Amino acid sequence: MSGAAIALAGAVHRYGKTVALDGVDLEVPAGCMAGLIGPDGVGKSTLLSLAAGVTRIQEGTVHVLGGDMAQRSWRRQAGGRIAYMPQGLGRNLYPTLSIAENLDFFGRLFGQGGAERRERIEELLAATGLAAFADRPAGKLSGGMKQKLGICAALIHDPDLVILDEPTTGIDPLSRRQFWELMARLRARRPSMSVIVATAYMEEAERFDWLAAMSGGRVLATGSPADILKQTGEPDLERAFVALLPQDERGDAEPLPDLPRVDHGGEPAIEATGLTRRFGDFVAVDHVNFRIEKGEIFGFLGSNGSGKSTTMKMLTGLLPASEGEAKLFGAPLAGGDMATRKRVGYMSQAFSLYAELTVRQNLVLHARLFELPDVEGRVAEMMERFDLAGVADVRPESLPLGIRQRLQLAVAVIHKPEILILDEPTSGVDPVARDGFWRTLIELSRKDGVTIFLSTHFMNEAERCDRISLMHAGKVLAIGTPEELQRQRGMDSLEEVFIAMLEEAGMGREEGAAEFKERPSAPAHVRRFDLGRLWAYARREALEIVRDPARLAFALGGPLLLLFTFGYGISFDVENLPYAAFDQDRSAQSRQLLESFEGSRYFETHAPISSTDELDRRLRSGELKLAIEIPPDFGRDLTRDRQPEVGVWLDGSMPFRAETTRGYVQGIAQSYLADEELRATGKQTPLSPVTIEPRFRYNQAFKSVNAMVPNVIMLMLVLIPAIMTALGVVKEKETGSITNFQSTPVTRIEFLLGKQLPYAVIAFLSFVTLVIFARFVFDVPVKGSLFALSVGSLAYVLATTGFGLLISSFVSSQVAAIFATAIISIVPAVNFSGLLVPVSSLSGGARLMGLAFPSSWYQQVSVGAFTKALGFAELWTDIVVIILIGLVYIGLAMLALRKQGR
Amino acid sequence: MRARLARIFRLGIKELYSLRADPVLAALIVYTFTVAVYTVSQGAKFEVENAAVAVVDEDQTALSRRLSDALLGPFFKEPVEIKATEIDAAMDAGRFVFVVQIPPRFEHDLIAGRNPTIQLDIDATAMSQAGNGAAYIQNIIQQEVQAAAPGTVAQAPVQVVIRAKFNPNLTSAWFTAVMQVINNVTMLAVILSGAALIREREHGTIEHLLVMPVTPIEIMLAKIWSNGLVIVVAATLSLVIVVERLLGVPVQGSIPLFVASMLVYQFSVTALGILLATVSSSMAQFGLIVMPVMIVMNLLSGSTTPMESMPVWLQNIMQFSPSTHFVALSQAVLYRGAGIDTIWPNLLALAGIGAAFLTLAALRFRKALQAAG
Repeated sequence: MSGAAIALAGAVHRYGKTVALDGVDLEVPAGCMAGLIGPDGVGKSTLLSLAAGVTRIQEGTVHVLGGDMAQRSWRRQAGGRIAYMPQGLGRNLYPTLSIAENLDFFGRLFGQGGAERRERIEELLAATGLAAFADRPAGKLSGGMKQKLGICAALIHDPDLVILDEPTTGIDPLSRRQFWELMARLRARRPSMSVIVATAYMEEAERFDWLAAMSGGRVLATGSPADILKQTGEPDLERAFVALLPQDERGDAEPLPDLPRVDHGGEPAIEATGLTRRFGDFVAVDHVNFRIEKGEIFGFLGSNGSGKSTTMKMLTGLLPASEGEAKLFGAPLAGGDMATRKRVGYMSQAFSLYAELTVRQNLVLHARLFELPDVEGRVAEMMERFDLAGVADVRPESLPLGIRQRLQLAVAVIHKPEILILDEPTSGVDPVARDGFWRTLIELSRKDGVTIFLSTHFMNEAERCDRISLMHAGKVLAIGTPEELQRQRGMDSLEEVFIAMLEEAGMGREEGAAEFKERPSAPAHVRRFDLGRLWAYARREALEIVRDPARLAFALGGPLLLLFTFGYGISFDVENLPYAAFDQDRSAQSRQLLESFEGSRYFETHAPISSTDELDRRLRSGELKLAIEIPPDFGRDLTRDRQPEVGVWLDGSMPFRAETTRGYVQGIAQSYLADEELRATGKQTPLSPVTIEPRFRYNQAFKSVNAMVPNVIMLMLVLIPAIMTALGVVKEKETGSITNFQSTPVTRIEFLLGKQLPYAVIAFLSFVTLVIFARFVFDVPVKGSLFALSVGSLAYVLATTGFGLLISSFVSSQVAAIFATAIISIVPAVNFSGLLVPVSSLSGGARLMGLAFPSSWYQQVSVGAFTKALGFAELWTDIVVIILIGLVYIGLAMLALRKQGR
Repeated sequence: MRARLARIFRLGIKELYSLRADPVLAALIVYTFTVAVYTVSQGAKFEVENAAVAVVDEDQTALSRRLSDALLGPFFKEPVEIKATEIDAAMDAGRFVFVVQIPPRFEHDLIAGRNPTIQLDIDATAMSQAGNGAAYIQNIIQQEVQAAAPGTVAQAPVQVVIRAKFNPNLTSAWFTAVMQVINNVTMLAVILSGAALIREREHGTIEHLLVMPVTPIEIMLAKIWSNGLVIVVAATLSLVIVVERLLGVPVQGSIPLFVASMLVYQFSVTALGILLATVSSSMAQFGLIVMPVMIVMNLLSGSTTPMESMPVWLQNIMQFSPSTHFVALSQAVLYRGAGIDTIWPNLLALAGIGAAFLTLAALRFRKALQAAG
């Protein structure tokens, strides 16, 4: 124990107005197992995240491993020697990647070579007993296994300091025991390694070498557990801690009331017979039977992933049972039974209230949904009872876990349900708060006769239950009162009973208990830029994409489908215009005039019009786009050279179409007039003294499809790549795996480019398929340089994926990312990039927006190479601009991305 | 029933709170209905306006200069005189959409009645301007020639007077402004409602709702009315303030009728958003599905290019898209001043499509929930 692993001086940290750390001075000794204890929301997590370098220091100093964490260069160096495991089960793991792939990713982040990585992964998996599951996706692991994987990931680089934030929260006792055995072995291998753990389990804390007790953002006491016991004169840590607290925070000192259960008789409140649930081949719940009497507190214990949550979900009607029956109040459960739902309160394992609503708004919403008569009163009562008044107008996302759990319970009981189904309600809640929680439960059960069905990993809670059941691998192993179970086994504690039963059931046998080899720790110098780390992220991202083939199919198939529809669909060729004639003359001459319209492929004749009213009405309804009005006496006036007037009415509601129609009408009129002249005079007089010879370049036939294909490629290669990458960063922010970026030596540019690379590759593949499709389906070949087009496209997809990353780095939620990307990219890509209107005739803000977006430049490249037969010589300037825009996007994304949280 | 409506109302209010809690979303909604509408309708005009023209004047006479001077704003930018040898490079680079080439001895030949030929090069890749602009230039040249050399043409025996109803000057901003509002309504409605549902699923809040006395259909209807309301209000404000006031577009028809139709449209597109959310298993998938769907709905609805010019099979397919009906309906109401007697078939179609989407979504709702989590 030499020196301090972590040293804080005058550390103050605030989240808005909430003070998390209130001037902390603390030196955590190195080379030992140090613990941080204290109730929820006292600043334990903040302190650890400051030490890990993932949160920016606001005030005071933080020194870790002898260096100042305020300095970026030290953070980078220290990042290679620190391991940080954030709170929450497997929050920094990637659920679709397998165990081995997750570890491989972490190994690469620390710059380990292939051989070294394999060796370390093998060793860690053997030591933790995970070797048999190396190929299982992390998302499908039980909580205990996730934690083991988390610790493997943390230890892959032989860190000098391991920071664990509540690593055993929500884990069953057997897994917890295994976890600490594992930690002990690891420590034995490298005694110099410092470990600091935040925990809510006091019995765990008793085994640590050194403790710091915290409350209200301050450190109350430090020292070995024995020291702390001596200081307070209490027999155990739990009470010692309470004694350290200021008077008003101690909660009720008196022990929990031990009221006998009242027998309410009648039908059992909950009854399950042969209840079974399968997910594919996997049997999550296997013929489970139990009866829970009215007013009983029934505890559900079991290993992680044993089917407890699934059983509870079936009882709430969230999941239909595959087999068997569940009865509530003696009646079988029906999906849409509203009356039953009002009698049941449910609290799910994960926080499932609205994070964007305040505490009060959440309570009011639920009170209203249950149609409570006195909403205000009941909400006030709940806030009082669950001690939420102080945080009434705070959003739950910024509250510590314990307080959020209290809010969830308040919501679950707000409508005074007769049955409460609580899935690990006290997971992550500190002892004082748990006592308060249980006081409420006992009161509800004994006074109000509420039946409570809850799952827990805390044995002292299990002892408070009327009856408990033990579950493992989908089966109920035992049911009975806690005393009965202990007696049957002849053991003193429920924990021993539990562990023994699980071990008999086969759990924990995977424990290979392979020993670690001694390895000299050689903290390599951490490089400023490392392709390996970039590659680690690129590989990880690529693996994730491969695991979701539907997404890959959309990414490649979507553009093809759109090219197909737009190639045919977006057409500026105006044809088949519905028109009708209002012929008031009905002479040979008028019919002659109308015939010239009938013969045209541009027009489609509809039934003639018989009145001015009708003309107006039919144009108004949109049936006609064009109406021709021939005045009475047209024929007579014509023969008498009186220049009769023919009226042509266009539907101006779509100006482009009207404009084109006008051109057609003029053309037809011209040729009609020439014919007329010929008939009258017998000689061919030119209507004009000049001939104008229009040449439609690049697209002789002036067909839309030829012009459309290169434009659609432009459109597809911005919208799809942008939306694909838009979730890249923000998803990690939402799930919490962003801490891997924050706590390891990976730099912003490595992170961003690594994320971008796989999507750029997919986008480029999409480009290749689009070109092939254009050539063989639409018969639109690349007339110019294919090479120049490819280079331009590569630059373009790098820019457009960069755009997605930029958005992703800015926003904080996935919804906002999708929303922002769609809106910000569609407007310029569709309107200001030459698809509809040539860039050269854009004006004002539209022109600026167009030029600042890579699409307008790429449109030149795409159209140039496809239709204008251009090559590098003509296109290189556009390509350079696209590259520059791409670099600006990545640069801005780097600025928006914070290596440290607030 | 009343209790059910009350629950839908409460859940919708919750939705509004959520929206308020996300300033980025609010800012984006404002942006789409103001800046985006304004710049698109002002900056990207379909009519030939400010088209880039070059003139190759190999004649260099008073007449040839007169022709060149006649290519005026607002249709054309001031013509740039270039050499014949520069034509290819300039057009390749997209600098000009039109190049007028006046041959040597043009004026001389004209007076001698030799019918000289003016060549007009058109960049046909600029689809929206090439055709109409070429027609303009031809007209302008003909008129100028007739004015400069009267008597060279015979008087036309018939006068063809072409007038455009509903938009006499064929100002495209009138069209694009309103169509932009409609496109934005589509975009926002689909993304907002769909993403809101996926977020609830990913955060587990849907599960929480489903153990309460709330049915999936109530959850969906709540999302529809709340998100729909926000968008309808924003779109109406945009129409009245940005389109009518700022852009000076005269709206012919009844705005209340339009707003009422927009409510029906909202229902069908938000239902579509929810349906898309139930078929995608993650936000990433949703993004990839929603993007093409939106683009198709916007570009092929008749709000950008004429519906009649699409192939018939595609026109038929597009009848399943609510946007097609709404665009047709809005054009009728806003430009042509049509009433309910004209647009009721479109309204009916919108309601029908919306109901079908909602039914499908309801059928998939629980299945999607189980599949995703």
